[in-house]
Amino acid sequence: MSTATPPKAIDGTIGFADERFGTAGFLRGKMKKVFPDHWSFMLGEIALYSFIILLATGTFLTLWFKPSMGEVIYHGSYTKLDGVNMSEAYDSTLRISFDVRGGLLMRQIHHWAAVLFLASIMVHMLRVFFTGSYRKPREVNWLIGLGLFTLGILEGLFGYSLPDDLLSGTGLRITQGVMQSIPVVGTYIFYFAFGGGFPGHDFISRLYTVHVLLIPGILLALVGAHFMILWHQGHTQFSGKNRTEKNVIGKPFFPVFMIKAGAFFMFTFAVTALLGTFAQINPIWLFGPYTPDSITAGSQPDFYMGFLEGALRIMPNWETNLWGHTIPWNVLVPALLPLGLIMTGAALWPFIEQWATGDKKIHNLADRPRNAPFRTAVGMTAVTFYGMLWLAGGNDILADKFHVSLYATTWFFRGAVFVGPVIAYVVTKRLCVGLQRSDAAELHHGVEAGVITMLPSGEFVEMHQPVKEDAEAVLRGKQELPAIEDAGEDANGIPAPSSRGPLGKARKALNNAFTADDISIGNGHGNGHGNGHGEHPEAGTGDHKELSRG
Amino acid sequence: MTDNNETNGAPSDEEGRAPKRVIGTPPPPPTHDLLPDDTGGAEGTGGYQLDEKKARAAERAAGAFFVLTFVAGIAFIVFYAVWPGHVGNINRATSSNYALGISLTLAFLGLAVGMTIWVRHLMTSKEIIQERHELSSPPEDRQVFNEYFQQGVQESGITQRRFLRRTLLLASAPLGLLPLVLLRDLGPLPEKKLRHTAWKNGTRLVVDGTGQPLKASDFNSPGGIITVVPEGAQNNLDDIAKAAVLLINLPPDQMKVKKGRENWHVGGIVAYSKICTHVGCPAALYEQTTHHILCPCHQSTFDALDSAKVIFGPAARPLPQLPIGVNSEGYLVATSDFHEPIGPSFWERGKSKV
Ligand code: HEM
Ligand code: FES
Repeated sequence: MSTATPPKAIDGTIGFADERFGTAGFLRGKMKKVFPDHWSFMLGEIALYSFIILLATGTFLTLWFKPSMGEVIYHGSYTKLDGVNMSEAYDSTLRISFDVRGGLLMRQIHHWAAVLFLASIMVHMLRVFFTGSYRKPREVNWLIGLGLFTLGILEGLFGYSLPDDLLSGTGLRITQGVMQSIPVVGTYIFYFAFGGGFPGHDFISRLYTVHVLLIPGILLALVGAHFMILWHQGHTQFSGKNRTEKNVIGKPFFPVFMIKAGAFFMFTFAVTALLGTFAQINPIWLFGPYTPDSITAGSQPDFYMGFLEGALRIMPNWETNLWGHTIPWNVLVPALLPLGLIMTGAALWPFIEQWATGDKKIHNLADRPRNAPFRTAVGMTAVTFYGMLWLAGGNDILADKFHVSLYATTWFFRGAVFVGPVIAYVVTKRLCVGLQRSDAAELHHGVEAGVITMLPSGEFVEMHQPVKEDAEAVLRGKQELPAIEDAGEDANGIPAPSSRGPLGKARKALNNAFTADDISIGNGHGNGHGNGHGEHPEAGTGDHKELSRG
Repeated sequence: MTDNNETNGAPSDEEGRAPKRVIGTPPPPPTHDLLPDDTGGAEGTGGYQLDEKKARAAERAAGAFFVLTFVAGIAFIVFYAVWPGHVGNINRATSSNYALGISLTLAFLGLAVGMTIWVRHLMTSKEIIQERHELSSPPEDRQVFNEYFQQGVQESGITQRRFLRRTLLLASAPLGLLPLVLLRDLGPLPEKKLRHTAWKNGTRLVVDGTGQPLKASDFNSPGGIITVVPEGAQNNLDDIAKAAVLLINLPPDQMKVKKGRENWHVGGIVAYSKICTHVGCPAALYEQTTHHILCPCHQSTFDALDSAKVIFGPAARPLPQLPIGVNSEGYLVATSDFHEPIGPSFWERGKSKV
């Protein structure tokens, strides 16, 4: 055990590879690569594992699924639909469910994994945003992440459109209606995509290629790039004892992280299998085959489409008719604006932040959300906007549950989608400032010790004791954002913001937004970034040591 | 932080996990990015040592979970191969789903829990501090790259040779268009197809599903509603997607008939397109007391008494009305196609009526 040579089989393999590819030299530095530990770092992992599960179960489904809109008469085991005319796609999905052993299980695992994939990507994105982990050098991975999310939504929509049941067909009909309303080219896009009128005979087989080949291929490439960049740049970590911008603390990849990741993969698989066993999802046999003139009442799309559904529901019925042309704002705005707004905003955000704060440093320490009140508040604004749209997508259910009229809920959300985000902004900012204050107080006066003493005067007071070392390191990890200086005073080579032009004014205003509400943690505050214009990242290490009383 | 406590474990042990081995690399060369963890404090720098008793218990526990996976895996195979009750009807599919699903879940769960116990309680790796390497390359590299690049550009002659450069750009332009051109045959052009449906003067209204033609007398229950399609198009989904019609029996005295539509209904029986003018869902719900038609997709609401005009929701236009009459045999028929395009809006919608 204690010799430096591994067992012969391993040594032989490594030797074989090494002599051909120089493997040992390559892997040597990788094996002990450190991965910091925090529960929120697992969210991205869940997304990765559910993606792998999707690839595996999806491949299984392709073996039986027939992506054809050709008509057949069903004679499978589900007797309630015996003799019914339906497309081959629907017929084969019924067969996967009832006539292939394990087929129903794989279908349900596939669908649950899709839900988990998108849910975990969303929460992962929020983690990255609220901790400022998208900052330099990780902006590109942030953009790749946004691409993965958007493609994931599309992939999911296309996936549940494949079985050609009544629910999926209704989703397709809405997609087609949106396509058709696009100004100038809409009808052409519609006719080209569907190979003629709706529903036509081509769409499912085209969708199939996109769902099983095109998008998964792009996703795979993006996921690969995402993780290679992550590996190369290293993971962010939260500040804490001994943690600096320049180091990373954690257990080594081999063996700890590797087995931990394996365990986590197995947990993800177990959870999707559990859901696939007990939680019925998309019971297509209850919906019946698609026909364009029928609909199931109260049908709901997958959760990740909910915000679009909500936007379509609460949009007022505005339409412009000019010179024989129709511009249906009632469709275009809800279909394009929310996602466009959120995605464009998210994509530009890292660069806006850099521009406004003049902060071009490398960041490896993740912020605590409270310490960046503006970012956190803007994030919560977007989350609330999204959340309101999402809830509006279920307004019929809400109306039913709370016994209010359907139209009242629509009107409520028409207001809430604007008012909600504003409230969220104000409240979040207050909360952040409050939390910063209590952090600063804790640093200065310590925490309540839970010991009550009686003073000679007869008064009772609670003892305070200094914050523990680890906790203090966390508190002191707060970085203060620098106010940009006025043009002319800038000696550090930052493109001088001419504070007179409109752009300069905007920058100054944004900068104020970023730096306002920054509660100083007091003596020796910040960790050397206070005036860090164009400063090199080395600054972190030394200062931090001093602060953490190392 | 429990992790830190672990790193401060007792000094080296008989198993020979000396500090160097824990770090796992030969004496590090100066530039190496792995630094030994010397922050462990005075208690010693040895690897984390396990309490052998606890470790054995953990090993047994992890082992038990791996055995669970083994058993569940076998159970899955046995269920799959031997048990006859998988397919044939919905009950069988359900119990098959339970049998296979539970064993599959347990198999993964056993591995997951076993591995977690292994990592948590049996691994002796210490927490290590690693310096991050500089991401950008040293300035020399940048400089050398720039030089090579400039040199290469010079040597290639692309900057001096204008004709070469321009013809190259010219050559690539049509190539970029090829993939687009190739997509042309994806579908026919829409032309006027969105303006027409399968309804013509004299087409009989037949009940969706059964294909039965209707007489006005067959449809005499007040407040009745039924979906009809053009005769001959019952099995053509493309036709139905445009031509589906809601036939509603309204009280004639409450109807507000639009000018020019006086003879579009048959004694209160009106026909509206069933395809919602929002994004095309079937507007299928009908409230008999209010005579409102509701589209379940985004809740556009239309007033059947008043030419199906929009009274709530995102739809911008009324449901188009199909003019109907009665033919010589007494059957309900269309007297023409719709007078406007049905369904969702589109760019060319208002263009010349052809
Ligand atoms: C991020 C990736 C993916 C997502 C989000 C996704 C999502 C979905 C969803 C929601 C369905 C509907 C399932 C149902 O019937 O309830 C579906 C169906 C399907 N998927 Fe995927 N999928 C992904 C990747 C793949 C891959 C990589 C393949 C194949 C290699 C695949 C093959 C299929 C097939 C054949 C169906 C239709 C069969 C059926 O519905 O039962 N999927 N997908
Ligand atoms: S399709 Fe009818 S309301 Fe949207």
